[in-house]
Amino acid sequence: MPKTWASRRPEAIIVLEGSRQGVARIGRHFIDLVWRVGALSRFLVLVLLASGTSFRRFRLVVREVYFEGVQSLIIIVVSGLFVGMVLGLQGYETLQKYGAQESIGVLVALSLVRELGPVVAGLLFASRAGSAITAEIGLMKATEQITAMDMMAVSPMARVIAPRFWAGVISMPLLAALFSAMGVFGGYLVGVVLLGVDAGAFWSQMQAAVDFRYDVLNGVVKSFVFGIAVSAIATFEGFDAPPTAEGVSGATTRTVVSSALVILALDLVLTAFMLRQG
Amino acid sequence: MSAQPLVDVSDVHFGYGREPILRGVSLRVPRGSVVGIMGGSGCGKTTLLRLISGQLRPRQGAVRVAGQDVPSLDGEALYGLRRRMSMLFQFGALFTDLSVFDNVAFPLREHTSLPEAMVRDLVLMKLEAVGLRGAQALMPSELSGGMARRVALARAVVMDPMLVLYDEPFAGLDPIAMAVVGTLIRKLNDMLGATSIIVTHDVHESLQIVDYLYFLAGGRVAGEGAPESIRATPTPVVRQFVHGEIDGPVPYHYPAPGYAEDLGLAPARGDHRA
Repeated sequence: MPKTWASRRPEAIIVLEGSRQGVARIGRHFIDLVWRVGALSRFLVLVLLASGTSFRRFRLVVREVYFEGVQSLIIIVVSGLFVGMVLGLQGYETLQKYGAQESIGVLVALSLVRELGPVVAGLLFASRAGSAITAEIGLMKATEQITAMDMMAVSPMARVIAPRFWAGVISMPLLAALFSAMGVFGGYLVGVVLLGVDAGAFWSQMQAAVDFRYDVLNGVVKSFVFGIAVSAIATFEGFDAPPTAEGVSGATTRTVVSSALVILALDLVLTAFMLRQG
Repeated sequence: MSAQPLVDVSDVHFGYGREPILRGVSLRVPRGSVVGIMGGSGCGKTTLLRLISGQLRPRQGAVRVAGQDVPSLDGEALYGLRRRMSMLFQFGALFTDLSVFDNVAFPLREHTSLPEAMVRDLVLMKLEAVGLRGAQALMPSELSGGMARRVALARAVVMDPMLVLYDEPFAGLDPIAMAVVGTLIRKLNDMLGATSIIVTHDVHESLQIVDYLYFLAGGRVAGEGAPESIRATPTPVVRQFVHGEIDGPVPYHYPAPGYAEDLGLAPARGDHRA
């Protein structure tokens, strides 16, 4: 029996209703996103206002640098070494077609110092230290440690949040620099030791091509900005986490996902500015 | 009760969202006394404690502690007041990255510039008072529930506060640990000349240590008095709670449609299906 308009009408209403709900859901997500960005900005201002204590009692920051920076060393060093070795292999494969395999050092160094060092170190930092910061603060909140501190007239913002934030900001450029250094060493191992590129050419071409101001310093600036972003997101998500197991788990996931997206987006913006400047 | 109470809560209204929790609660806590706030789960006991400590602000009414209007205090003044009070949380809320010793020393190190030798003496004195001097090097994860509560108690009184707030101090404890914590609360309150407010639903233990008791139900004070008068109260809701009666003003059944209707044995009201 052919469908008449009357018989199809309920289907049309269902489709329209589904679309309306879909649009409403997108709208809700967008409003939630804008609200969270606003809350994060306000949170960041409060952290900065509470930072005086962190600098007066710098041992609190140093302790967190150990947890966030020193304990991230293994993953940073090993990852840097492997990324550098892969870059060496891939670069050699391509460059030797043009007889330019001695430029392998330049390729590895520029890739790492300009982009891969800050970005991959940032992603690893967010996964290893960022998630740990969020989980720790979230659990402190769930077990009422944050409220207990507040009830003792000790500001959790100054005692818990600000030291972790600044430790992340300090650790990130150092970890990125170490990642790049290990990457260059990995490239050297593959290019010079394994594939027989001349060591003198490897280092001298690298030295001639890598500019301190436009390459090294810009890489440091990037990693510093990523450090601020990841630390702000990680501490905010922990502090904002609902005090339940599910809430802490969700906050930890959000830290890793948001940090990764923000790092990549910021990298695009910073690279555009830096290339324009150069 | 005393003319000048340390804590004076007057006609306080509070709610989370649209749901009112407290509807005009008034209570007075005289200096030096141990006062209990009792009531069923969700009746607003802990909320009242949070209003007294300034963690929440009432929608209406006044909360005064030591003559200060708590809701109107700014951040610095509130912290000034909190330095003279302390709170024992339901599960202790010990800092998990600090040892027992460091947990108890935490308020001293944050708020005073006492030499470390004096901090050590004060901490050991408080730990001795709660019977855990020998556990000073342990981490919170190595403590039983009762021990954690006693360490939290030592931390709560280490600054000799004028007011100590206890949020469900007996929850989850075995009878021995419960008796130990109850005795310590009373003993420390009298030794330090402090004032204590205990939020609890443990009838037996609290009636043994409090001087006066308020009973909350339906967002209001449903009964109040000394322990003897609470035990003998004719108020149905208080009597049901104190004597642990299963059914009464607090119904056994959560509101639900008719049983037969739910089982499909009778047509639902307003159900016009054929």
